[in-house]
Amino acid sequence: MGKQLAISAPSQLDALVKKAQRMGTGDSIRDSIVSDIYKTTHGICREVVQYEDQQKLANSYQLDRIFTSKIWGFPIMLAILGLIFWITIAGANVPSSMLADMFGVIEGYLTAGFLAVNAPDWLHGILVLGLFRGTSWVISVMLPPMAIFFPTFALLENFGYLPRVAFNMDRMFKRAGGHGKQALTMSMGFGCNAAAIISTRIIESPRERMLAILTNNFVPCNGRWPTLILLASLFMVVSSSGGIQTIVTASIVMGMVLIGIITTFTVSWVLSKTALRGVPTHYTLELPPYRRPQIWKTILLSSRDKSWSVLKRAVIVAAPAGVITWILGNIFVGGDSILTHMAAFFEPFGHLIGLDGFIIMAFILGLPANEIVLPILLMGYLSSGAMVELDGLDNVKEIFLQQGWTWLTALNMMLFSLLHYPCGTTLFNIYKETKSKKWTLLSALIPLAIAIAVTFTTAQLARYFGWV
Amino acid sequence: MTFEPIPLSEAGTGNKMRLTRIEVTGVMRRRLLDLGFVPGNEIEVLQKSPLGDPIAFRVNNTTIALRSEESSLIWGKRLGG
Amino acid sequence: MKTYTIALAGNPNTGKSTLFNTLTNMRQHTGNWAGKTVLRAEGTFQHLDTQFTLVDLPGTYSLYSNSADEEAARDYIIFEKPDVTIVVLDATSLERNLNLAIQVLEMTNQVVVCINLIDEAKRLGIHIDIRKMEQKLGVPTVAISARNKTGINELLSQVLKVASGEIVPSPTPITYNDEIEQKINELVPSIQEMLGDRLPARWVALRLLDGDESLLTTMKLWLTDQDSYKKEEALQYGQTACH
Repeated sequence: MGKQLAISAPSQLDALVKKAQRMGTGDSIRDSIVSDIYKTTHGICREVVQYEDQQKLANSYQLDRIFTSKIWGFPIMLAILGLIFWITIAGANVPSSMLADMFGVIEGYLTAGFLAVNAPDWLHGILVLGLFRGTSWVISVMLPPMAIFFPTFALLENFGYLPRVAFNMDRMFKRAGGHGKQALTMSMGFGCNAAAIISTRIIESPRERMLAILTNNFVPCNGRWPTLILLASLFMVVSSSGGIQTIVTASIVMGMVLIGIITTFTVSWVLSKTALRGVPTHYTLELPPYRRPQIWKTILLSSRDKSWSVLKRAVIVAAPAGVITWILGNIFVGGDSILTHMAAFFEPFGHLIGLDGFIIMAFILGLPANEIVLPILLMGYLSSGAMVELDGLDNVKEIFLQQGWTWLTALNMMLFSLLHYPCGTTLFNIYKETKSKKWTLLSALIPLAIAIAVTFTTAQLARYFGWV
Repeated sequence: MTFEPIPLSEAGTGNKMRLTRIEVTGVMRRRLLDLGFVPGNEIEVLQKSPLGDPIAFRVNNTTIALRSEESSLIWGKRLGG
Repeated sequence: MKTYTIALAGNPNTGKSTLFNTLTNMRQHTGNWAGKTVLRAEGTFQHLDTQFTLVDLPGTYSLYSNSADEEAARDYIIFEKPDVTIVVLDATSLERNLNLAIQVLEMTNQVVVCINLIDEAKRLGIHIDIRKMEQKLGVPTVAISARNKTGINELLSQVLKVASGEIVPSPTPITYNDEIEQKINELVPSIQEMLGDRLPARWVALRLLDGDESLLTTMKLWLTDQDSYKKEEALQYGQTACH
């Protein structure tokens, strides 16, 4: 019987719809339905709910008078952002070098073990110098900052501050054709662009959501933080020391973030005037009550989850990348390794934009995940004959200097890292969310074009004026 | 003393308003209704964003921010003095 | 062993996902911005020898298909017919939250109303007469605090009673104005004739009057083939996009 129903039902339904339409539908009916429901709920609440003190309730959102005030709204926002960066950078330093030391010691034992059993050199190379080193690099550089960054963000979120950021920033995003909630998907991007792409679902209107997706790459994700922080502290900070150095590093990183934000606005604006033209879609934003976060629970849960995902990713992505890089760096064709050949191929182009062939190689091989860009680069440099043993972050500067790095190389690598295409996971998510090859491709090509244009300009300017 | 209906975008911060008319249409109208922007309901103008727009409103014990595009199409009468 | 399916519905920011984690003993960071419940998340738990599958629907203000989230939540409740739908309300803003509760009560009577954040409400000097609320709504109503884990046992025992049929809730119907009521009465007989009791006739009539296009499209698919209307699969909770 079900079958018969099934065949006739849709047409019956159409008849019913027509009948209903004849009765008159639309806004006025909808209005009465909702207002009658509200009459009922108000009636229920009048009888069921008692307010002891309206003032107490009002106080719960008084904080907005400060957090979204004309005078304090933006300074507080910048201060909080700066504070998060500072805590992350300052707090991650010590555990990072401790981890690096620890892995260095383990590597020593592993090497000794390989020697003891007379393992062939290539096996030691692939497993220890490739796999182990690549993985441990990613872990020691990534784990501490992530275990600090995400919990602080989670605390802010649980406290209820994040929607206020969207509230404060909305006017600016509106000017650029976007949605205030884009501020939040950007904030998520600081953690992980791939996750941020999914989080753009909070933006209900398709046009603004697409803007948020296409520009999310311009906020540096956790895979790019270490690159930015390391380069900022190694090269941009010349002669200051201690606490001041941390603050200068944090400021440079903040500066990079600002460049990213300005790019986001500019690209959003241009897109909303060209490919994604349209009237800004309607907008509502709830500002939920401030709630005291469960501080320790949030911190522990969030750092545990993040540490776990960093570790997982280190194994899944960094380990194979380490192996591949080692192999490329140690198979010799005509006297040079494949890696060197490839780097040589990219060298002229790299030079044009103030980088070098190895850096370009690292960005290409680092497509699956941004956090492996630096490790690949270091391996590339090390395999190319530089006789530096990597046993701590301080050595990195020496390696770079030996490769002829200047402040321009560091600056442009930071800029390129900030602006270039999103990682593989992010691109995959963009494809899943937009279901469009065209937009996915654009989401990689737009940033790439901007990254090349910007680094080309700085390189040419710096050389023209003889700064390097 | 009675007040003439004015758009919410022009009602000053701190004022309580009784809604009279919603001129927004389509999905946004539905959304506004669901949030409690229903004619007859009472709302309070809480706070402007630092750049002047959007504006946060207190409705049904929740805080909702609207852009001027919408709040200029929602009308209400000021309550009290 | 009997397995019941329980759906969690509610406004955003009502602590729905916290309740989900509490019940299923999962420990994920919850929050709308970082880990928004996309489509729906599923988990399982046991209570008094009964197995439950818990489905966390996206947080929505309404079920009138204004967005993909609202459609997903509505489709699940109306077409998948979970054994019990728990409507999670924020005790500090009941008026707005009840709007959703009433929409759910028009769709099914297998409902337990759960007033969350009751500790927060107490702190703010808001007193809620739960028994009276229960009377007014006509369905079991429980006050809980998901984060402090108070009231959870009471909630589960009510859920079990409704699921097993020990309690058959009879929600108090909303009376609309005469014009709408008259139209509903005109439509209901033909709806009943067509659908029997597969969908609540009064609710369908209201949706027809509202001109809810998206629902009608889904309904047609559902009528042709009970499975084909499903748009996407459920995610396991905690499955994130990144890493």
